[in-house]
Amino acid sequence: MAEAVLALEGLHKRFGALTATDDVSLTLRPGEIHALIGPNGAGKSTLIAQIAGSLRPDAGRILLGGEEITGLSVAARARRGLGRSFQVSSLAEPLPAIRNVMIGVQAQAGHSFRFWKPAERDPRLIEPALAALARMGLAHRAWTPVAELSHGERRALEVACALAMKPRALLLDEPMAGLGPEGSARLTELLESLRLEVPILLIEHDMQAVFRLAERISVLVAGRVIAHGDGDTIRRDPQVRDAYLGE
Amino acid sequence: MTDQTPSGTLPGDLPARPPRRLGRRGTVQLVMLALLLVLPVAADLLGHPYYVTLASRLTLIAMAAVGLNLALGYGGMVSFGHAAYFGLGGYVAGIGAYHAFDATAFMGMFPGSDNLLVLWPIAMLACGLLALLIGAVSLRTSGVYFIMITLAFAQMVYYFANSWPTYGGQDGLPIYIRNQLPGLDTQDPLTFFLICFAGLVLAMALTSRLMGSRFGAALTMARLNDTRLATAGITPYPVRLVSFVISAMITGLAGALYADLNGFVSPSMLSWHMSGELMVIVILGGVGRLYGPLAGAVLYISMETLLGGLTEYWQLFLGLTLLGVVLFARHGVMGWLAGREPHG
Repeated sequence: MAEAVLALEGLHKRFGALTATDDVSLTLRPGEIHALIGPNGAGKSTLIAQIAGSLRPDAGRILLGGEEITGLSVAARARRGLGRSFQVSSLAEPLPAIRNVMIGVQAQAGHSFRFWKPAERDPRLIEPALAALARMGLAHRAWTPVAELSHGERRALEVACALAMKPRALLLDEPMAGLGPEGSARLTELLESLRLEVPILLIEHDMQAVFRLAERISVLVAGRVIAHGDGDTIRRDPQVRDAYLGE
Repeated sequence: MTDQTPSGTLPGDLPARPPRRLGRRGTVQLVMLALLLVLPVAADLLGHPYYVTLASRLTLIAMAAVGLNLALGYGGMVSFGHAAYFGLGGYVAGIGAYHAFDATAFMGMFPGSDNLLVLWPIAMLACGLLALLIGAVSLRTSGVYFIMITLAFAQMVYYFANSWPTYGGQDGLPIYIRNQLPGLDTQDPLTFFLICFAGLVLAMALTSRLMGSRFGAALTMARLNDTRLATAGITPYPVRLVSFVISAMITGLAGALYADLNGFVSPSMLSWHMSGELMVIVILGGVGRLYGPLAGAVLYISMETLLGGLTEYWQLFLGLTLLGVVLFARHGVMGWLAGREPHG
């Protein structure tokens, strides 16, 4: 088994009497898409916040490429190669799509305290940004303000922003949220093509997409991973059926 | 690599950045600068030094607002305490001149100087350090708390100056002879105006260059969406802090010149009225627009001069204008004159 790119080891998080994350351990291996599913209120968002760095776990460790990142800030994790997308798009609306992507290229190059040279036409920023946009089928929308993009285009742009950072692991928080069947199918196809480039931890409600994309699926219920395995194992698991049907 | 472009876009079709043209915006801006330069020169030739001095005042208020605009407009940091830097710059000029005149030393250690080439860097350095201190604390907060904490710091500086009798306390400090620039006669109104004009143009050029750089891209993103900035891998706090410091240094240099223009510096330069005035000018002119502070200063000084001659209640009309701009012209005078900014 190849070494995990991203590993969670025994994460715990409590809010008062509520245990939001209860001894969660999982790994993301090179070349795989690992899906995390669970009913509403299972603690998915809390878990993502801990992985991305906006929330500190009470106990446990998070490792990226074998290095511990548990105590690092959001930005420091991003610089180490953790790319993410948000459940609700988080983009700079008035700016052209490409400027949202270029900031990731710039951060990765580590040159944000350069005060003099023009950046907007710098090919070292523009070319990688355009490549990331093209990867998500958005090259023709590069100079369109985000505010004028369709919902589906924004979802794809979020992923392009993360790709531009040349991440070692991608954390995608419900990338299909709000997409129709057609948009969802298209995004599924694009994510499929990314698999070998960067491993993805996919949090998703769209079961069709999950079963098509993910090699491994973990099911989170009430803060615990109650089942883990490939698509068929999960589909047949009685506990998973209970959790979903019992709602 | 054939299945990644379902939209039908081939890499060969990648669109280039649309070209930039001078257009209406460029024309309006060029005309504004040209008028600001030509009118005082004409006034001087026609023998009206009063108007030259008025233009110098306008130019310096605009320059102070250019500084504030970097923090407030481009960085989204609503500082209600920029008078602290404006006044501190003024006091550096005043204190330097005071000790040079008396042949004494500041705090018994540093001799005075009336050389602007010495005073300007000291003013900027002092303002930069003060802003580093204030910004490091204030930028831990945001929104209304940031407004209040910057105001609180500025008020501390204000009361400090008020209660320091060595430098005039609440009576202020006169500058008997305008500070000197080698090779130039700073007493000449037109020469001094040209120095101020150069200062304004430099401050605007610096802002433009800064905002076009990688640092500017990061600052813009910090204003529009700091979650996106952090997620991309850039910590917003130091980006904000650095721009806050640069902003204060520009405003401080304008303050140093302003004290020399008036031959006087007093705590009123540090008061919250001054901070408010600078904010009003930035908002009137157009928040986060390069020429906004200049347009705002023109409007402000015009109303003060024209309406102020008719009624002492001229600020009522200023208030109504501000109300109109905020309600109906969100992009300020520049938005109305020159159209919307291409983006941001």
